[in-house]
Amino acid sequence: MSQPTYNSTEMLICTASRLMTDNSTAFIGTGIPMLAASLAQKMHAPNLTTIFEFGGMGAILDDLPVAVGGRRTFHRALSALGILDVIEAAGRGFIEYGFIGGAQIDPYGNLNSTVIGDFYKPKVRLPGSGGGNDVGSHCWQTIAIMRHDRRRFIEKVDFITTPGYLTGPGAREATGLPPGTGPYRVVTNLALLGFHPESKRMMLLATQPGVSVEEVLENTGFELLLADQVVENPPPSEEELRILREEVDRERFYI
Amino acid sequence: MKILREGRGEILQPPDINAFREWNRKKSKSLVDKRMSEAEAVGRFVHNGDFIGTELYGTVRCPMSIVNEIVRQDIKGLRLVGQGVYDSDILLAAGLVKEMDFTYIGLELYGISHVIRREIDAGRVEKIVEWSNGALVWRFKAAAMGVPFIPVRSMLGTDTFEYSAAKLVECPFTGDPIALAPALILDVGIIHVHRADMYGNCQIDGITGFAYEMSRASKTLIVSAEEIIPTEQIRRQPDRTIIPYYLVDAVVHAPFGSHPGEMCYLYERDEGHIQLWAEVSKEPDTTKAYLDKYIYNLKDHREYLELIGEERLRELREMVPKTR
Repeated sequence: MSQPTYNSTEMLICTASRLMTDNSTAFIGTGIPMLAASLAQKMHAPNLTTIFEFGGMGAILDDLPVAVGGRRTFHRALSALGILDVIEAAGRGFIEYGFIGGAQIDPYGNLNSTVIGDFYKPKVRLPGSGGGNDVGSHCWQTIAIMRHDRRRFIEKVDFITTPGYLTGPGAREATGLPPGTGPYRVVTNLALLGFHPESKRMMLLATQPGVSVEEVLENTGFELLLADQVVENPPPSEEELRILREEVDRERFYI
Repeated sequence: MKILREGRGEILQPPDINAFREWNRKKSKSLVDKRMSEAEAVGRFVHNGDFIGTELYGTVRCPMSIVNEIVRQDIKGLRLVGQGVYDSDILLAAGLVKEMDFTYIGLELYGISHVIRREIDAGRVEKIVEWSNGALVWRFKAAAMGVPFIPVRSMLGTDTFEYSAAKLVECPFTGDPIALAPALILDVGIIHVHRADMYGNCQIDGITGFAYEMSRASKTLIVSAEEIIPTEQIRRQPDRTIIPYYLVDAVVHAPFGSHPGEMCYLYERDEGHIQLWAEVSKEPDTTKAYLDKYIYNLKDHREYLELIGEERLRELREMVPKTR
């Protein structure tokens, strides 16, 4: 059998998609999470309830939403209400997964999407929290999707927009965040990462196909823990690629 | 209640609930015809230095005909509650925004806003106070409830909190820390809807974003509508009214009022136009040329639609899927 060829964005989408379990609820942010959710619904999770920030719950992702408020985020959905209904559902503990992104991430999974450089004299003014902080505060398990390099994976982010484990074990609870919540996975073009159950520091779980552990470490600007057994993720299957290219992102906005 | 920590951001709009109540008491409760043009609505109700909010999500239901009129009338020193893509970019590009309660300004798929950076560098945006989307909608909810603050579990432990005007307190019931966010009362709220009657009773199709809460947190509310409908149609389906007339001060008939944004079931987003803005807004001179062409050189929203062209508008309408 010939090896299918694919690009790193497609690998990223497949990795995120495989984390989405059937019959669960997932808060879907802009971009890659939308593609991953659409792929998951068509592959293994037909009853994944997608939740979009501005009020759409349970949409069937036949067409790729390009924005979190567009009509596709409530296409054949189960409800179409407002932002408060969605964020309060997370606040009451109804939303299992929250998919988010950021420009920078630190070893505790804290995310920056607000500013690079000084807050008052920014080098780059990023879009800001939007719902990111709410997702990272209230969803049970947050999954960050990022490009992997030393500028993005850094010891200390310039601004904590969205809480990870903050300064380490117990810090979330101490500041009043709901107990039992926090970062669960980080999906990158190089690796799948998790968090050590005690130290809450980021830990390499798996490399993307063809990527070495050394390569991941070289592209990480902080000390990364290694799981007892770092495995290699399987590449996208032919079925995943076909659905991704022919059904999920027909217009090739992303891939 | 013990205050444990305070954000360093300023409260840009004081949560004066008693003044809000007095204001609301004086608002007319009569069923009167409130229809008027964009020019009249903005001229009468939006003033230099006002704290305003445009209700939308991304480019969905963005009240562009009103925003463009604010730019045309050059209403300065605005304070803005910031959750926007194209609309807030336009106000910023015109140099009209002085202070912001900020949560998201960007171009979604097309990356970061180029305009906000220039406005900060030029010193025209003097104050930015950070919030999350949740915190902002809860701040509207507090105003809607008629209370000066609301406890929230967002922003805790982060710089988003540090640069906000929230306070961290010890909960008097559980003893756990919790954030308090001040009620946010807008001088002027601006909302684009699918249908309104002449009194201001409004219906929205699809998801409703911030509309419910923001409409109830606004001292003055300007509504623009794709269609003006008879009150009988409102009365036939009162469960569809999301904004009741007494909240509303102006009703503007604005077909394609959200262009280049979208209105679900009516027309799609004008992707090419959004891409055009993403491109021209990179540089000050092309930004200015854009504002000249699409706002300053035009008299009103009708001329704007003529410039976009009937053919393009028809295309955007026809892109809406036929089956619902």
